[in-house]
Amino acid sequence: MSGTQAGRFFVHGDWACAEGALAAGCRFYAAYPITPATEIAERLAVRLPQVGGKFVQFEDEIGAIASVIGASYSGQKAMTATSGPGISLMLENIGLAVMTEAPCVVVNVMRGGPSTGQPTGGAQGDVMQCRWGTHGDTEIIALAPQSVQEMFDLTIHAFNLSERYRTPVFLMADANIGHLYETLEVPEAKGIEIVDRKKPTGKPADYRAFKADDDLVPPMACFGDGYRLYATGLTHNEKGYPDMSVEGQDRLVRRLCDKIRRDAQRIEMAEEHYTGDCDVLVVAYGITARSALSAVKKAREEGIKAGLLRLVTLWPFPDRRIEELTRGIKGVVVAEMNYGQLVREVERAAMRRVDFLPKLGENPHMPEEILAAIRRAKK
Amino acid sequence: MTPPGHPHSKSLRVERLPHIWCQGCGLGIVLHAYADALEETGIDLDKVATISGIGCAGRASGYVNTDAFHTTHGRALPFATGVGISRPDIKPVVISGDGDLFSIGGNHLIHAARRNVDMLVICSNNFNYGMTGAQFGPTTPSETKTPTSPYGNIENPFNLVALVSSAGATMVSRWTSMHPIPLKNSIKRGLTKKGFSFIEVITPCTTGYGRLNRLTPLDMMRRLREKGKIKQVAPTEAVCDPRHEIILGDFIDVEKPTYNEVFETLTKRAGGES
Ligand SMILES: Cc1ncc(C[n+]2csc(CCOP(=O)(O)OP(=O)(O)O)c2C)c(N)n1
Ligand code: SF4
Ligand SMILES: [Mg+2]
Repeated sequence: MSGTQAGRFFVHGDWACAEGALAAGCRFYAAYPITPATEIAERLAVRLPQVGGKFVQFEDEIGAIASVIGASYSGQKAMTATSGPGISLMLENIGLAVMTEAPCVVVNVMRGGPSTGQPTGGAQGDVMQCRWGTHGDTEIIALAPQSVQEMFDLTIHAFNLSERYRTPVFLMADANIGHLYETLEVPEAKGIEIVDRKKPTGKPADYRAFKADDDLVPPMACFGDGYRLYATGLTHNEKGYPDMSVEGQDRLVRRLCDKIRRDAQRIEMAEEHYTGDCDVLVVAYGITARSALSAVKKAREEGIKAGLLRLVTLWPFPDRRIEELTRGIKGVVVAEMNYGQLVREVERAAMRRVDFLPKLGENPHMPEEILAAIRRAKK
Repeated sequence: MTPPGHPHSKSLRVERLPHIWCQGCGLGIVLHAYADALEETGIDLDKVATISGIGCAGRASGYVNTDAFHTTHGRALPFATGVGISRPDIKPVVISGDGDLFSIGGNHLIHAARRNVDMLVICSNNFNYGMTGAQFGPTTPSETKTPTSPYGNIENPFNLVALVSSAGATMVSRWTSMHPIPLKNSIKRGLTKKGFSFIEVITPCTTGYGRLNRLTPLDMMRRLREKGKIKQVAPTEAVCDPRHEIILGDFIDVEKPTYNEVFETLTKRAGGES
């Protein structure tokens, strides 16, 4: 049964995320209520039973993510959504999803932290947590929507990437987008590209659950298929059995990281405005990118050659493009709703200091603030 | 190589044997009883998922020839809940330790029982955290000396049977690894019963608990034989003290609609089809 309800809607970002999940084929959702992600759960509690899916409210976020991995291994497309405090609880099992290559989507509608912080206030303070929060070496894919439409589109894309690479994918939305009302266009189901995980084609007896193809991704059987699958969070060999040897650790961790690193440029998504000839480059994402675009346009009206690089994937980080765009230009401005996170990545990729505009406390940057920074950087 | 004629070549991944457990440890007997039960019930092994957490007991899932998953410490139950709810045709069986299921995973345990997801939980209770070196845990009797209670355990142990019964489980039994036949029979019942079934198995941790308390493996086995008494009592009366008395038996066996059965009615109410 198709989960896509085509049409034009005036809805908030969390609603769009829920509908995007259904359109992507998500039929299992587990979560624990938390502002500002609760509306995703509320929408899916209504919608999933209508399409034969399962909505489960868990006792905590650790249970929610563990059940999502269980559902993923049972052949379902599965998702959870939460905010910073919930992500902090989920991190160990996000590592389990990386290690056992369980496709799933984790939505973080970001609020101000640390700790309980500012529950209803939007922020972009978890963008490093999602990259580095779980222990050990991992590569992470994370997407940052800037509109209600993208809450829908990028949720679908997050599922597609998770299925393609067999890895958890983060949708990193700021609360400002989660709670924003805008027009959403939901296309007909046939117009939506859907990616499903590779299935094994051979006999169950020959199946090696963690033997990768050339793309470094192993085909995935699921529970109940007769493959007698075994998976563990321990370092394991191609059969999935524990192998804690030096070589075993080296081989597995390299493959898990390289399947994403090697394809980073294919995964990376960014939107560029006026970057062809820019003297000053602004880098932003999420709600901030909208103010940044407005500032860049105003700067152009003033005759300043400003450009915008709007990050859609936060991870993998577009190192090479930033290096190209910043080479020899007058200034680089980074605006984000935190006290200094992705700015470090921009500085690293650009190999220079940048003009950084932090923002704490729920209200996004005003275009004037960014414009002032562009004017400064131009000098 | 598969040893020819291994008695459990159907239900165990015999190529993975020998297992990692110490000599005299009771965990092998639990695995044996589970393997027997799988074969004797004739349940479709393609439709069983054996799931465990972390610990010595949790290694069981790696030896069972069903779909199997070794989750993080304490999270076998929510993982199994995800399997059981998204695939009602699969029976999740959780095999794990007392620390995994009642300490770090304790919150999930009471909620899984309350939800009544159709699954069987086999908890090997060795009164300590065996894998990390026999520290005290939520089942360790008071005053027991362990590496982290060198002057004696000052905490009180849970009675797992009473706890799980009050949380809403539809089947609750307790055996020891010295009672393999009734254990196997309870597992067989739990495999075929619909609802949240819980079996506690008292197993000796010979290397940890035994060595530190100057008990030989044989002492420990004898003790389970002597102190284990089959009685028909209410779950709250089912004493579990390895020094005095361990009451064994089937304490709860009731029928209740499972989570998936109730969800089906909800799906109809929502106008969907399952
Ligand atoms: C989050 C986390 N904390 C701690 C550990 C270390 N650890 C591994 S097994 C274990 C205790 C297991 O005890 P139990 O479940 O009773 O199993 P047993 O070894 O006694 O069979 C602990 C504390 C871990 N693996 N993960
Ligand atoms: S440490 Fe204890 S529980 Fe673990 S295998 Fe050895 S005897 Fe068994
Ligand atoms: Mg134990």
